[in-house]
Amino acid sequence: MNSGCNMQFLQGNEACALGAIEAGVRFFGGYPITPATEIAEVMARELPKLGGVFVQFEDEIASIGAVIGASVAGTKAMTATSGPGFSLKQENLGYAIHVQIPCVVVNVMRGGPSTGLPTLPSQSDVMQARWGTHGDHPIIALAPYSVRECFDLTVRAVNLSERFRIPVIVLSDAIIGHVREKVVLPKREELTLVERKKPTVDPEDYKPFEDDGTGIPPMANLGEDYLFHITSNNYDDEGFPATNDHDIAGRRIKSLYNKIERYRDEIDDVDLFMVEDAEIIIVAYGSTARSARRAVMMAREEGIKAGLFRLKTIWPFPYDHLKAAAESANHLLLAEMNMSQLDSEVRSATHDLETKLHGLHQSNGMLITPYQIYDSLKGLV
Amino acid sequence: MNNKEYQVRLSGFGGQGIILAGIILGEAVSLYENRFAVQFQSYGPEARGGASRAEVVISDEEIDLLELIEPDVFLALSQQAFDKYIGDAHEKALVIVDPDYVTNAPLSSRKVFAVPVSRIAREQIGKTIVINMVALGALAAITGLVGIDALKKAVSARVPPGTEKINLKAVLAGYESAREMN
Repeated sequence: MNSGCNMQFLQGNEACALGAIEAGVRFFGGYPITPATEIAEVMARELPKLGGVFVQFEDEIASIGAVIGASVAGTKAMTATSGPGFSLKQENLGYAIHVQIPCVVVNVMRGGPSTGLPTLPSQSDVMQARWGTHGDHPIIALAPYSVRECFDLTVRAVNLSERFRIPVIVLSDAIIGHVREKVVLPKREELTLVERKKPTVDPEDYKPFEDDGTGIPPMANLGEDYLFHITSNNYDDEGFPATNDHDIAGRRIKSLYNKIERYRDEIDDVDLFMVEDAEIIIVAYGSTARSARRAVMMAREEGIKAGLFRLKTIWPFPYDHLKAAAESANHLLLAEMNMSQLDSEVRSATHDLETKLHGLHQSNGMLITPYQIYDSLKGLV
Repeated sequence: MNNKEYQVRLSGFGGQGIILAGIILGEAVSLYENRFAVQFQSYGPEARGGASRAEVVISDEEIDLLELIEPDVFLALSQQAFDKYIGDAHEKALVIVDPDYVTNAPLSSRKVFAVPVSRIAREQIGKTIVINMVALGALAAITGLVGIDALKKAVSARVPPGTEKINLKAVLAGYESAREMN
């Protein structure tokens, strides 16, 4: 199992780990949980060979804590988990968002709430990825729908996190994480890798959170020449607490949002499949989108003009892209393995269109099959 | 069998190597015949002894089916697995059972092949651990879903170094014994 060579029959989780390695991740803080454990297994086997570090910690909280520490020291770092572990990571995730420390958290979704359905598939952590940690904050979350995309979107997650100094969530699911299929992974030289921007000023002039005009402050490696302070409280440009300064607080929160909003063209990522002339457009992501793609082909064979709007970047939600795609359609069908978590986002994107929104939602630990979606499509004709 | 997408369910008890058999079948088809396969699996929390299953979808085209809807081929190496997983097997599914383990297979409308894979493993190879390889060989002969050459290549590439010979022997034993039945 490796990247940059011939054809392989790989599992989604394996491809995800290989993507992280190729993207330059050299620290993995792990705590095993099905259906995400294979990611830790591959990292444990491969990282030491590359001079990287794998540590299995005492729990999920410690593992993301260590990931954040490794990243502040200058190493690309990642952890992987599933719903129950993702809940435990939320506090530290918020910390990393707040103090702008890049890292990647893979969440291979399984059915909840709580330990829920160990370990059947689900897509019910979509809103947790967006709002699981408290406070106003942006987030980036990507959803792979194939083994190859587990690789590609993990590379992209690492790149986006380094570029924008923000944790990026890879929202995989138990189906995509465990399925094996044929892939040819790209060669190392075919990949574009992003390294975080380093300060160019003298160490004594360095202010770790000062905007250099791009909205993304340069980040020094802690422990090297640049000394700086980090606090979980609201902070000033030098990283010291500014808890009673309303002006700084307001600007800080706005700057966290703006560094994402400003670069939406780099972050937004959707895949349009046969939507051009579609009268019914399915909105889906992850494993459900695989079923949806098949359903579109089945429907087309019957002369039903169906298409698929697939979210590769779920957060920030691509409102404008969806609106543009949905404009000429009569119906939208939102298909998710949850109780309709993205309903309000889809409505918000399309509220001034004539397009009618329908839902196909299932939260019982079973994949929504192509036939279920096909039946829903037929019902709309 | 002539529909273009074949759904294969392999089942038995944990420890029989069912999941490895599924992976090898998928690899044989996709890496050594340049067709397409997706493979997924499920097993209970009991790990060893409980019912275990691996599923493979095989096609000449790209596959978007990530869950079995209606198995075209059903292999059962334990009674528990047979009872638990036969449910949605297609009316015309090819069913392969080990008669030493599956003693009650009420399947009037389906074609059932009784291949004594455990006995073949024990008597011809001398090791019951290769039961999964014997079963793969039998499945290849009965279904024609994968060629024996591709299967041999996939087995050689996947099994632990040093065990290739005995595993290949097991695959061939299963293949030969089932070929006479088809």
